[in-house]
Amino acid sequence: MTLLAVFVPLLLAASALAWPDNRSRPALLLVGSASHLACVLGLWAFPEPPLLDGYLHLDAVGQVVITTTSVLFLACSVYARGYLRRRGERDNRIFVAGLLALLGAMTAVGLAQHFGLLWVAIELTTLATAPLIYFNQNARSLEAAWKYLLVCSLGIALALLGTFFLALSGAGPGGPRSLLIADLVQSGPALSPPWVRAAFVFLLVGYGTKMGLAPLHSWKPDAYGEAPGLLGALLSGAVTNFAFLSLARVFQVVRAAGQGGFAGDALVGMGLLSMALAAVFMVGQRDFKRMLAYSSVEHMGILALGLGLGGAATFGAFFHSMNSGLAKGVLFLSAGNIHRSFGSKLTDDVRGAARRLPVSGPLFLAGFLAVTGSPPFSPFFSEFVIFNGALGSGRYVVGALFLLFLAIIFVGMGATVLRVVQGDPSGAPERPGFGDSWLTAGPPLVLMLLVLLLGLYLPRGLGDLFRAAASLVAGS
Amino acid sequence: MGAWVDMVFVLLVVIDLFVLASSRLGAVIRAVGVQGALLALLTVLLASSAHDLGHVLVLAIGALAIKAMLIPWLMFRAIREAAIRREMEPVIGFVPSMVLAGAGVALAFAFSGGLPLPSPGKHPFLVPTALATVWCGFLLVVSRRKAVTQVLGFLMLENGVFVFGLLLSDIMPVMVEAGVLLDLFAAVFVMGIVLFHINREFSSLDTEKLSALKD
Repeated sequence: MTLLAVFVPLLLAASALAWPDNRSRPALLLVGSASHLACVLGLWAFPEPPLLDGYLHLDAVGQVVITTTSVLFLACSVYARGYLRRRGERDNRIFVAGLLALLGAMTAVGLAQHFGLLWVAIELTTLATAPLIYFNQNARSLEAAWKYLLVCSLGIALALLGTFFLALSGAGPGGPRSLLIADLVQSGPALSPPWVRAAFVFLLVGYGTKMGLAPLHSWKPDAYGEAPGLLGALLSGAVTNFAFLSLARVFQVVRAAGQGGFAGDALVGMGLLSMALAAVFMVGQRDFKRMLAYSSVEHMGILALGLGLGGAATFGAFFHSMNSGLAKGVLFLSAGNIHRSFGSKLTDDVRGAARRLPVSGPLFLAGFLAVTGSPPFSPFFSEFVIFNGALGSGRYVVGALFLLFLAIIFVGMGATVLRVVQGDPSGAPERPGFGDSWLTAGPPLVLMLLVLLLGLYLPRGLGDLFRAAASLVAGS
Repeated sequence: MGAWVDMVFVLLVVIDLFVLASSRLGAVIRAVGVQGALLALLTVLLASSAHDLGHVLVLAIGALAIKAMLIPWLMFRAIREAAIRREMEPVIGFVPSMVLAGAGVALAFAFSGGLPLPSPGKHPFLVPTALATVWCGFLLVVSRRKAVTQVLGFLMLENGVFVFGLLLSDIMPVMVEAGVLLDLFAAVFVMGIVLFHINREFSSLDTEKLSALKD
């Protein structure tokens, strides 16, 4: 089952390349995502022991992120059916194959228990994503794809150097001479401290670039602004979550080596910086897709903050990775619908989305409320847990800054969202035939309901999972 | 033997500085190619009894084929099709970038003094050369405007990572090979495709033209 979750999407990606018919090809996405979700649910019911000498194993950390991704990907592949039908003039061979390869590579990241394998899988996600950003094949999407490729490749090269540092830290006498996470954690005190610290710095920069933490986020607004909405949903709700997972695994080893204090402070600092920068760029933002990119920078900051604070906040961080992942799906998919219907993503042109698109418009507003942490949606509860964690560990300044940035972002993002949703759409640019349909408005609606449900009732199984993930990483 | 190894390390750093100082793209491509060939040589020179001969050959031949032959050939093709010869008006001028590079090299030697090597018997120049090359490659990517030069900077950064990987090639050879060769091949392959598209879309390989997206 574990192996199927990786190889079924990869095999389907290969068959998408060979599939002759443009119209029926997107059905492969549905097959891939449905079978992936079936594998994930199967692993929930019947956990499997580690495979391939312990290189692959679904632990609690991986299970949180892979489950979120599987649900989000299914929603996106239903949406893709409607989206690609409307873009029938464009060859979708590379797009469908790339999405499926991305799903396989992401699953491999979540399952990898070896830092080398983890790195290879992260590299694969980057390479699979770059052609997807270029789907619209115009000058702007080309620029976005080039920046994404160059910045993320640099990040990944530095992460490889960090991985080598980590390997070297365990190469001395008594060291594990291995990059398996379990070996490194077990022989934590034997790792050479200076090399562990250097490894953490490089891995933070490397995977932090992939995650889009400030000041390494420069690719994000361009990529999210130019890519199709459904890719934005997957990048911000899934790919960046896997980069967070990679950092969590690094943090686990660094803590075991006794360097947790220094690493935690670095994560808290970058988290707060990301939130501050997002707040600055979101106020007065006229492009609502770029605004969503800065919202993603903010949420990655919140995750880094929760991870760095440790204790209860780590539970909050894993809870939040699921909540913000699903909420990002709502926002990007509905924003994609609005963008298509108006033919513009600038607030100068777009107004009255709630009237023209009776489902996507209100969903965009509801998604905004959810993602900025309004009750009763689930991100409110996870952000509250992180805030509580900050206070519980006596970090009052961090807690106060956290609230301040959240408040600024709420106001700044709210102004842009309300301008898009409210008002009278007559006179605004319109592209006929791009109204709401079941296939394009249904998936974000279902995701929205999930976000609401998780806020009203957190199933015991999920709560236990977040606790298990937190205790694996933060040891509490 | 020892003198030869020292010589190779010194040459690697000299190439780093030369690449940052040169404005002729052809010379830069050739220099990065020579650096790749030197890495293949270094792999063989540093091989000891702890190494498995097969892995040494894979790494050396892989570096020679990809870094010293395939990539320079691809890059020469790219500049011939785009008809560019020189890097004009870099973001950071040639002299300031030389100064930054020199400072980086000095820092790399100072910094690596604080990082004791856990396994004895490794060459003392290995870590500082790797860090200096990584730094110079990074500098090249952020300070130049031509897409070709940025790719070459990425390659140089990868060369630095490769040098560092030689420290580990006796402990985990497969990891090192998979890391450096796969990354390079795949990333440059995709970058090559994007370069082709940039050239077709803008009739130029100048990233100055890639500036429509900003806040």
